Amino acid sequence: MSHDMSENLPEAHAASHGTEVAAHDDPFADPGLPAHEPRRTDIDERAAKRAERQVSLLFVVSMLATIGFIASYASIDADKLVYIFPLGHVSALNFALGMTLGVALFCIGAGAVHWARTLMSDHELPAERHAIEADDELRADVIEQFKTGAAESGFGRRKMIRNTLIGSMALVPLSGVVLLRDLGPLPEKKLLHTGWVLATPAKPIALVNMNTNQPMKPEDIVQGSLTFAKPEGLEESDETFQQQIAKDALMVVRIAPEDIKDANSAQLGFEGILAYSKICTHVGCPISLYEQQTHHALCPCHQSTFDLADGARVIFGPAGHPLPQLKITTDEQGFLVATGDFAEPVGPSYWERPR
Amino acid sequence: MSSASGTTGASKPASTRAKPANKAESAADWVDGRLGIYTLAKSNLRKIFPDHWSFMLGEICLYSFIIIILTGVYLTLFFKPSMAEVVYHGSYLPLNGIRMSEAYASTMDISFEVRGGLLIRQIHHWAALVFVAAMLVHMMRVFFTGAFRKPREINWVFGFLLLVLGMFDGFFGYSLPDDLLSGTGIRFMEGAILAVPIVGTYIQMFLFGGEFPGMDIVPRFFTIHVLLIPGIMLGLLVAHLILVFYHKHTQWAGPGKTEKNVVGMPLMPVYMAKAGGFFFLVFGIIAAMSAIATINPIWAYGPYRPDQVSTDAQPDWYMGFSEGLIRIMPGWEISVWGGHTLNLGVMVPLAIFPMVLAAIAVYPFIESWVTGDKREHHILDRPRNAPVRTGLGAAWISLYLILLVGGGNDLFATHLHLSINSITYLVRVGFFVVPVLTFFVTKRWCLGLQRRDKDKVLHGRESGIIKRLPHGEFIEVHTPLNQKDLHSLTAHEQPQPLELPAETDENGVARKAGVVTKARVKLSEGFYGEGNQIAKPTTEEYQEITSGHGHH
Repeated sequence: MSHDMSENLPEAHAASHGTEVAAHDDPFADPGLPAHEPRRTDIDERAAKRAERQVSLLFVVSMLATIGFIASYASIDADKLVYIFPLGHVSALNFALGMTLGVALFCIGAGAVHWARTLMSDHELPAERHAIEADDELRADVIEQFKTGAAESGFGRRKMIRNTLIGSMALVPLSGVVLLRDLGPLPEKKLLHTGWVLATPAKPIALVNMNTNQPMKPEDIVQGSLTFAKPEGLEESDETFQQQIAKDALMVVRIAPEDIKDANSAQLGFEGILAYSKICTHVGCPISLYEQQTHHALCPCHQSTFDLADGARVIFGPAGHPLPQLKITTDEQGFLVATGDFAEPVGPSYWERPR
Repeated sequence: MSSASGTTGASKPASTRAKPANKAESAADWVDGRLGIYTLAKSNLRKIFPDHWSFMLGEICLYSFIIIILTGVYLTLFFKPSMAEVVYHGSYLPLNGIRMSEAYASTMDISFEVRGGLLIRQIHHWAALVFVAAMLVHMMRVFFTGAFRKPREINWVFGFLLLVLGMFDGFFGYSLPDDLLSGTGIRFMEGAILAVPIVGTYIQMFLFGGEFPGMDIVPRFFTIHVLLIPGIMLGLLVAHLILVFYHKHTQWAGPGKTEKNVVGMPLMPVYMAKAGGFFFLVFGIIAAMSAIATINPIWAYGPYRPDQVSTDAQPDWYMGFSEGLIRIMPGWEISVWGGHTLNLGVMVPLAIFPMVLAAIAVYPFIESWVTGDKREHHILDRPRNAPVRTGLGAAWISLYLILLVGGGNDLFATHLHLSINSITYLVRVGFFVVPVLTFFVTKRWCLGLQRRDKDKVLHGRESGIIKRLPHGEFIEVHTPLNQKDLHSLTAHEQPQPLELPAETDENGVARKAGVVTKARVKLSEGFYGEGNQIAKPTTEEYQEITSGHGHH
């Protein structure tokens, strides 16, 4: 800086309205607001001009970015991918729009903040606080007014009006509550049964492989495998498919009969083929991770782990009871079928669930 | 405040007001004649706000909320909140011919067909994450500096409600696209509702309009997500801001700053430019994040099917601590009342979840009851000067973080090659142990910092200059603090603990203190009693040391 700036300096310490006194009596006394320290832009007009240009430059960059945004919108195909280091292949349009919008917005913000920090006054000013509490006089006055109003209404004296008003006000929201009744049906026994309930020994329902959509034969099921299955007749195009599959989905595993520790479970199966509900008994996630060697099935949501060789006993995690098992057998053509529903409701437990 | 009764009657033809100087003034006059804006502006246009970086955390919340509303309105123009089934034929080929709900299909269209739709969707989601994170950090700022004390307790509660509503609105929002991940979240919610004793199945049926998943949940969540919760939040937000203006902002102790004033710069122009500019900074950064970082790629998850799930299923981060509670809880299920099932494994975490939140919400009321402090506070506490409060806050955060780890136990297991079982057992123990340890460590730490402050006041700063005295002793020269620092470091109050009332009253009649009073005195002792704060330097100590009786 060649020119002298000292003449631009405000009078030294003139602004100090603090009290430097009392330091002797009380070394920790409040020295009062410190004097304002001028910034370069306060005293050097060239620095101020430079700051002005910087702010304007930021605003200009913002304008250019907005033009870039519109140009990108008009010219880039929505399905075009570009390689951008280090992001990899990304949508060109999303990247261009986001960056231009980001720059356009950021530069407005940066400009405004730079403007405030360099060119607007940075004198710290004190403002008084006023007590939030009213003074006693006002308080007494308001209470008096309230009492007058209350007395004039007769609310306290005319008890019959008061009580009936309270009664009517208490009752009237009930209409709103009643109106909520048609939000849904009553639970009744809906959660008790699954789609397999339609199966009977006379009219069994076949287990259908979820992937191939074909009925399953025991000889197709390899030992150590896990297959997902659904009841025959349930199709993705069915209107209630989602509700049905949320209860009917099965995990079919084949375990060497000698490895099955639970005799009852072995009996419900067919030659070591066991059909368990796929719906976790914790909060209803579909269980999908199977460890062939240990026969453990793990729910990926909350890690409840079931030992499928031991009646799907819970061996770890927050689930409260074993996975229900569906009794299966084969029909005359040799397909795996169910002849009835699960012995207990599938999915998460609930208050009415028998236990 | 001027009163309306003082205005001149309508029969008088001429206004007594001075002639406006220009068009802008006359327009302002017109508005003032109807809305009284001059009275409103008088106290607010040049309103003083103190400056500190931590005071902008709340601004991030406000701005991300505005960004969420702006982008959210845009998304409603294209999103179809319907669970009716359609077959997808769009430009994302891997899903071609797949059955999905209209909600999912329209979200696919927003992401792939609508130009800029993906960007707005990602800004919306990123802004939501930033919103909740900023609220949490803002709340921590308010907590650790004691800014929640009288007269601001109600505003603390408003802010807390905004946090809770923000979390839930986020949950409802990411449930809407009906993708595999969000459907899994809704399924979890269904299971949680079913665990509610007695009325669980009824609530489930009424909420879903039948059995899970039904056709109603997405449109119902949509209304809750875009109308009900944001409406309530907007009201709370306005009330929150009005109270910030009304109470005037808190400030740090320092020269010239007292409980009776607020020192800073005026709203117009400095904070209009800074705060207004900051909105654009936040928006700009979130837009750039949305350009470079994918969030919630629903096309990769696929449409929801109740019999399918992806691994690493995680809620958005702010629901992570409740996820942790759910994951670490042992699967207790008991039979009550002759055959009814009580699913404690889900119920207990569901009950602890609001309790964790409520613990921090009610803290201001507990503290003021324990300390008996009924005065207004506008000067902030340095966290070290309130060791018990700081310790409790740190314990709360540690609990929150422990539960976040629990909620991501599968990610920790796969990424760090650890046993998921050990992580879970560890989190179970940590749930009880870590907050207690954190409390004591933090409190000790605060006391240490108080001692350091005291040292600094009495002996000055270490200058790094070693001086050799004539008799050969080496000493380090300490630079005394200036008046400003001496004041700032000693400005805090050190309250005394409450004392039990005398056992006999003035007439000599025995007066027993109740259990509540005794508990309160004990707690107060815990806050301010011996060993729980370091007495700050007194004038005598200072003069004794600085008067030249040697330097040890």
